[in-house]
Amino acid sequence: MRRINSPAELDKFRKDIISKRDPDKPCIAVCTGTGCLALGAADVVTALKEEIKKQGLETEVVDIRETGCPGFCERGPILVIYPEEICYLQVQPGDAEEIVSQTIVAKKVIDRLLYVDSKTDETIVHESEIPFYKNQMRNLIGNNIKIDPKSIDDYLAVGGYSALVKALFQETPEQVVELVKNSKLRGRGGAGFLAGLKWEFARKSPDKTKYVIVNADEGDPGAFMDRAVLEGNPHSVLEGLTIGAYAMGSHEGYIYVRQEYPLAVENVGIAIKQAEDYGFIGENILGSGFDFTIKVHQGAGAFVCGEETSLLMSLEGKPGEPRPRPPYPAVKGLRGKPTNINNVETWANIPLIINNGADFLTSIGTEGSKGTKIFSLVGKVNNTGLVEVPMGITLREIIYGVGGGVPGGKKFKAVQTGGPSGGCIPEEHLDIEVDFDELAQVGAIMGSGGMIVMDEDTCMVDVARYFLAFLADESCGKCVPCREGIRQMLKILTNISEGKGKEGDIELLVELSETTQNASLCALGRTAPNPVLSTIRYFRDEYEAHIKEKRCPAYVCKELISYYIDPDTCQACMICLRKCPVEAIVGGKNQIHVIDQEKCIKCGTCFEVCPPRFGAVKKISGEPVPPPIPEEARTIIRKSKAK
Amino acid sequence: MSKIILQIDERKIEAREGMTILEAAHSVGIFIPTLCHHEKLEPYGACRICTVEVETRGRTNLIASCLYPVEQDLVVRTRSEKVDKTRKMILELMLAHAPDDPALQDLAKEYGADKNRFEKEPSFCILCGLCVRYCAEVKKKNAVGFVSRGIRREISFIPEIASKECLNCKECFSLCPTGALQAAFVLTEALAFPPPPSEPVPDE
Repeated sequence: MRRINSPAELDKFRKDIISKRDPDKPCIAVCTGTGCLALGAADVVTALKEEIKKQGLETEVVDIRETGCPGFCERGPILVIYPEEICYLQVQPGDAEEIVSQTIVAKKVIDRLLYVDSKTDETIVHESEIPFYKNQMRNLIGNNIKIDPKSIDDYLAVGGYSALVKALFQETPEQVVELVKNSKLRGRGGAGFLAGLKWEFARKSPDKTKYVIVNADEGDPGAFMDRAVLEGNPHSVLEGLTIGAYAMGSHEGYIYVRQEYPLAVENVGIAIKQAEDYGFIGENILGSGFDFTIKVHQGAGAFVCGEETSLLMSLEGKPGEPRPRPPYPAVKGLRGKPTNINNVETWANIPLIINNGADFLTSIGTEGSKGTKIFSLVGKVNNTGLVEVPMGITLREIIYGVGGGVPGGKKFKAVQTGGPSGGCIPEEHLDIEVDFDELAQVGAIMGSGGMIVMDEDTCMVDVARYFLAFLADESCGKCVPCREGIRQMLKILTNISEGKGKEGDIELLVELSETTQNASLCALGRTAPNPVLSTIRYFRDEYEAHIKEKRCPAYVCKELISYYIDPDTCQACMICLRKCPVEAIVGGKNQIHVIDQEKCIKCGTCFEVCPPRFGAVKKISGEPVPPPIPEEARTIIRKSKAK
Repeated sequence: MSKIILQIDERKIEAREGMTILEAAHSVGIFIPTLCHHEKLEPYGACRICTVEVETRGRTNLIASCLYPVEQDLVVRTRSEKVDKTRKMILELMLAHAPDDPALQDLAKEYGADKNRFEKEPSFCILCGLCVRYCAEVKKKNAVGFVSRGIRREISFIPEIASKECLNCKECFSLCPTGALQAAFVLTEALAFPPPPSEPVPDE
């Protein structure tokens, strides 16, 4: 590896890389992000490599690029073939032969691997025309499929580290801070504090030693935005961090990433090594005289360590518990020194702002929230995956336009944004614009970008209980309002979902919420009641049904539902009887089946296996189970046989 | 150190920079209740019973007075409807664990807290951490610490250290706001824990 000592050398080096690359040479880009790997992408890559060898093509004819996540996780493993940009979905190793012989050699598109529009039944060849992608604005994750995250040359080929050059050689640190301030970039970690302002505080803190930190402790259930950026384009984060260090006068940086993200840890480690070898990190960066080193710190997976002061404690080797603010980290942070902490996505925005100016960001979004935001769109939605959209897009556009709506013809019920500290937003607010302040208005938060879609089969009491159970485990347990408030709220919610709810429980939940919100030490506690408050606000009737009628309207809470076989429609087909894991179904050939309610564990197997044409197994809630029909009446006399 | 003028309960107070609101209040005889606070120890901010209302830049917030540094022109209210309501709830939450503790009962009377509001889970410990912090900060032994997190958090003596250090010290027992018996119980529990079979059982 060679060290690059000046912007001119980097320019020449970049031109060399690009000139050696033939844009018309076929390249199969396979997503090897965590999602696609879980779906077997590694085997697809191996099969493709073998097939290329077998067909005598070797690397002169076609390249294979193993990339980070392009987002459409629902349909993985995904590959995109360049230069045509042909997108194949759900590719299996067995498809390799055809892909190589048909698409690479014969230049023919394989229809069965293409995206099929469910509305028009038309196949779509190009990635950018698939509705999932068409409605996005992928400034941050758009390059993921175009680069191998383990190759710094790939990053340089798409213009990487040009922002670093610009910052170091054309701007003063103050100008960089000013630029970030003007861009109105708000922190993507959750609270949405203006990044430029935070930078200015750290810059103005008088101390020789300062630290800059990437918060990659992504802990919300179902969220994987930061992972995808760090896995797929680690250099964009390193570049942003180095620019930030220059602007704030820091010479040491940390990436705090959870140990459960092994691929992100690996890729960012490789990226740091490569950037050091090239002289983009280390001493006298690109001959500018600026020194900066980056270390990776693996967190042990505590949710609370995503809270910045807990993160600092953990980084210092202490228990991950928050410490009071003030003093803020910008004044007294890591080891008592001024420290700036920003989220992965915030840092990844920096090179874009430096390269394209503050207007680039301010031209996108709403008055109060600028730029794009990555969401992990999960739950009851057709296109599960990672989406990047401009701020100001409506929730409806994300869920229906990008996400393709709710599967199985089910009705939409709510979308939960912001993870365990977020809130549930009902149908009536789906047309609000995605914006830090708008989301807060309706009782949710932007958070770091988790977005869980829920359909009519979701019980909102159960959702609140689930998030509180998560927080009961993940609170550090230091302060009373958070630890004890969550403990009691969880108990009440559990009681309600088990049919033991009492009059006054809702009011008590609200009162506990207030104390926990107002008096907790850190943001975890102060936002912990959000799932409770937002579900009470919009779905109070569900709480009341549980408490007053002992009924779960969504048929979710086990203690409140029963399964029952309708004797009029049961055809004694024996399917449910055989599948019941606890032998709770009594019956036989030509004998109408009856569920023994004492034995039933409410697993729902009978309900699922009963042939739809009979539909004899019923779920009931809030009403007594009809008595079993007398044994003598259970024999079915079939007309055909009765003759 | 520069002087800072602030207002506590409508009284103008002079404080030194770096003082907490609690220290400033106590220095002029304004009482704010505390449970996890101890002069010899670093401020901790866990029990939140010292919560007060502050007004800065037109915004009212509840903060823990044992941690919050004094600021010029800060307006502090040590009692208000919101403060009292919060303290009452905090007491009720703690009383579920230590229902018969005299210190908590006195405060409960003051704030109208109902010790039976929540289902009892008598652990006798409110996790104030006085024993843990005293052992770490003053005695520098770390014989007692917190284990687990969230609602499973509890204090535990480290048998290896406790067996050497604790029997002749026990200074933390008297610090315990909910009764020394609790610390004694946890210590006994730690020392009674059977040592691994490879190690010889220490002679008493």
